[in-house]
Amino acid sequence: MTKVTLEVNGKKVSKEVPDHTLLSVFLRDNLNLTGTHIGCDTSQCGACVVHVDGKSIKSCSTLVADIDGSKVITIEGLAKDGKLHPMQEAFKKTHGLQCGFCTPGMVMSAIDLLKIKKNPSDQEIREWLEGNICRCTGYQNIVAAVKEAATKM
Amino acid sequence: MASLVGSRVERKEDARFLTGKGRYTADINIANQTYAVFVRSPHARAKIKKVDTSKALKASGVVEILTGEEIANDKIGGLIAGWAIRSEDGSEMKVPANPPLAKDNANFVGEPIAVVFAESLDEAKSAADMVKIDYKVLKAVTNPADAMKSDAIHDGVDKNLCYDWLLGDRKAVDEAFAKADKIIKVDLINNRLIPNAMEPRACVVDYNTASEEITLYTTSQNPHLSRLVMSAFGGVAPENKLRVVAPDVGGGFGSKINVYNEEIVCSWASKKIERPIKWVAERTESFLTDTHGRDHVTHAELAVTNDGKFLGFKNETIANLGAYARVFGTVTPTYLFGPCATGVYVIPAAYSNVKAIYTNTAPVDAYRGAGRPEATYTIERLVEKAAMELGIDRTEIRMKNFPKEFPFKQTLVHTVDSGDYVAGLEKAKQMADYAGFEARRKKSEANGKLRGIGVSSYFEACGIAPSAAVMSLGCGVGLWESAEVRFNPTGQISVFTGAHSHGQSHQTTFAQIAADELGVPMENIDVVHGDTDKGTFGMGTYGSRSLTVGGIAIVNACKKIVAKGKRVAAKMLEVNEDEIEFKDGEFVALKSNKKKTIGEVAFACYLPGQRDEMKSPIPEGDEPGLIESSFFDPVNFSFPAGSHICEVEIDPDTGDVKVEKYTAVDDFGRIVNPNIVEGQVHGGIAQGIGQALHENTQYDETGQLMTASYMDYTMPRADNFPEFNLGFTCTHATSNPLGVKGCGEAGAIASPPTVMNAVIDALGGQEISMPATAEKVWKACKAMKKSNTKAA
Repeated sequence: MTKVTLEVNGKKVSKEVPDHTLLSVFLRDNLNLTGTHIGCDTSQCGACVVHVDGKSIKSCSTLVADIDGSKVITIEGLAKDGKLHPMQEAFKKTHGLQCGFCTPGMVMSAIDLLKIKKNPSDQEIREWLEGNICRCTGYQNIVAAVKEAATKM
Repeated sequence: MASLVGSRVERKEDARFLTGKGRYTADINIANQTYAVFVRSPHARAKIKKVDTSKALKASGVVEILTGEEIANDKIGGLIAGWAIRSEDGSEMKVPANPPLAKDNANFVGEPIAVVFAESLDEAKSAADMVKIDYKVLKAVTNPADAMKSDAIHDGVDKNLCYDWLLGDRKAVDEAFAKADKIIKVDLINNRLIPNAMEPRACVVDYNTASEEITLYTTSQNPHLSRLVMSAFGGVAPENKLRVVAPDVGGGFGSKINVYNEEIVCSWASKKIERPIKWVAERTESFLTDTHGRDHVTHAELAVTNDGKFLGFKNETIANLGAYARVFGTVTPTYLFGPCATGVYVIPAAYSNVKAIYTNTAPVDAYRGAGRPEATYTIERLVEKAAMELGIDRTEIRMKNFPKEFPFKQTLVHTVDSGDYVAGLEKAKQMADYAGFEARRKKSEANGKLRGIGVSSYFEACGIAPSAAVMSLGCGVGLWESAEVRFNPTGQISVFTGAHSHGQSHQTTFAQIAADELGVPMENIDVVHGDTDKGTFGMGTYGSRSLTVGGIAIVNACKKIVAKGKRVAAKMLEVNEDEIEFKDGEFVALKSNKKKTIGEVAFACYLPGQRDEMKSPIPEGDEPGLIESSFFDPVNFSFPAGSHICEVEIDPDTGDVKVEKYTAVDDFGRIVNPNIVEGQVHGGIAQGIGQALHENTQYDETGQLMTASYMDYTMPRADNFPEFNLGFTCTHATSNPLGVKGCGEAGAIASPPTVMNAVIDALGGQEISMPATAEKVWKACKAMKKSNTKAA
């Protein structure tokens, strides 16, 4: 067992967990933050992407003990005072989601892209999203959402 | 008031999905729950000699371990085939028993044999490894052609043949072929696909020991149907003691139609161990045990005249059913395939012959399009080849054979109510700049690349319904849909539907429809679905049926609300009913212009009286309250159609195929919400391009699935696609009052042949099978170079 202390969505949390606990499992099972989804066992689908110290990472392949002391933002921590983050707004406006399962990972991943590159081209967006799989949208409106958000962020 | 139907309303669902508040099955936890892990066969075909759970039962945290013997002792029924198909010789199809836990034989890798329940997931997994199963491994068969010559997998199923089905007239086809100038032939493989909804299957079961009710939360496209099957065939519990809830479901595409082993086993076991149970599939379990799609091998021929008239069509197809026949498994390669195999053309004579074969692979069932993508691939490859061989433009040969008048009596089964195929193809040509293609081809060639163009025109029969029609063809249930509209006393409205949304946006589009019918703001309407305890029985969502069947049930229930409202308003306004007009949410007395809003009428329906006077607003013969329901059973299927055009560019040095342009023009009749419809088309096209270029399911000769993870099965990514260019034409369906047609599967139906026709065009007509991977294409490019050098 390991004791980990994190700041998750602005709140400090401290828990004893088995050493092999993944961040995705910790968020879902220990903190009940079920917006972070698990869609595969091999770190390809990207439904579990969250931000750790400002960078997008796949929480399914991160041991929570390895990031002791970090700041974590999940999909639940984006909206402020009931107002959606511009990326969430953009997904809504462009119909960038259907079943919603890949969406939290997509949103978290796309926000990180815009931090690195202010106005990415279509091709740059499509290449960045290589690590996020969506089966519903054909990605077209996801690309549109990222472009829309780029004008607001 | 402006109509909401037709406008780009933002989705009601999005706020929760975008903030992590969606509630999927795996998000549900119940106090005191146990965790289930299934012990699955590692062999594709084996006799189960002994299952020894003694060591595992003693492992830490284990609550119980159950096997096929216990479930058989409790007489829990197995999984079912939903459609009974007859062979050409009149004999009934052969369907083996499919127990929820295999007891004597395992017939595909991943088939569940035992289940461990433990206090934690880790403990359940660890104990599952300790269950010892003694197998006698038998020789597996994965290829249907081989299976027809091998030992029977199931007792009594000779040649592993489920059925040998025929639709059409062999003699008429022979006569038509005798008159032809030319016979065009193709040999096609429709590659086996794994649906891969992003949410893995899961179930959470809660057994209430006091009321003896089982509540099953599950990843289902059709919770009512699941309950019916589990109750009537599984004998898990009577229907009134079984509640099935399909909360937010993360995609289905057909793979979540079936009631699966795990749901039956966990529901039965929860009652047995008197503990809640949670099971969530790992992705590899999904790959191994979700129903797969397609997997046809087809020889097809088209008889033509030299000037490009089609005279006759035939196909001989072998369909791989997998190890067992499931809900739509037997109808997908027959009535969902054959009737559409003659496509959008007038072809005087046709037949479709399909042999469905059992193999030691996962069961094959409906996957987006179910049968119609296979049909469209067959006819559209033939038509494109005919154009090439006859030297006629690919669009001209299509136009020449399109029906010009509707209703169009299609060759084999359907009477298509409406359409304008010429307009669709003309529009697609214009949007795709078809005329400018040769210039683009030359430009690509100048850059050392090969460019090709492909067209496909399709129609499909969806909105799977007419109960009398489908039941006459062997369906075990009627495929109507239900709705209930509850006008609450204070004006909010709950619309209950038997359809289920797992990405389709019913909470938005169904609210648009009801808001228009009732003249109230959309915000006042909540659409409720996915819970057998809420709302009437419904058949669920598949076959692009939610709007054309379920949506119309809502329209009809709303019309009943308005009709009763009119009677009540007339009494309140002291006029005759025929003097009342309902418009924009108000009942207006035409002569006096006095009015009552629908909200006031609803309120009066629940509080039918007033102080100091004996007076009721409820007319004689009516009852208080304002709740109406409808069971809609349409008179016909819905027939969307369209034409798609694709351009690809191939790098001959690498074999890489790039989709450069993709244009889709579809006719879905009246469109309720263009955002949603475009999204459905985008997703469908992406899955179809996935089939054409990327996805393939591979079993090795021993029946091991070689593509059982995202490391091995190519899921299309964002950078595999260009921006799709969509257009619409509109002819209203005549079989429903909204004039709507289904749109959910069209993209996946039209796109595989469109892309493959383009690839084959780029390769100078060289046939190549799906998926057209870089390796295959590179080899084809090399062969092309060789033959060019020879010719020079």
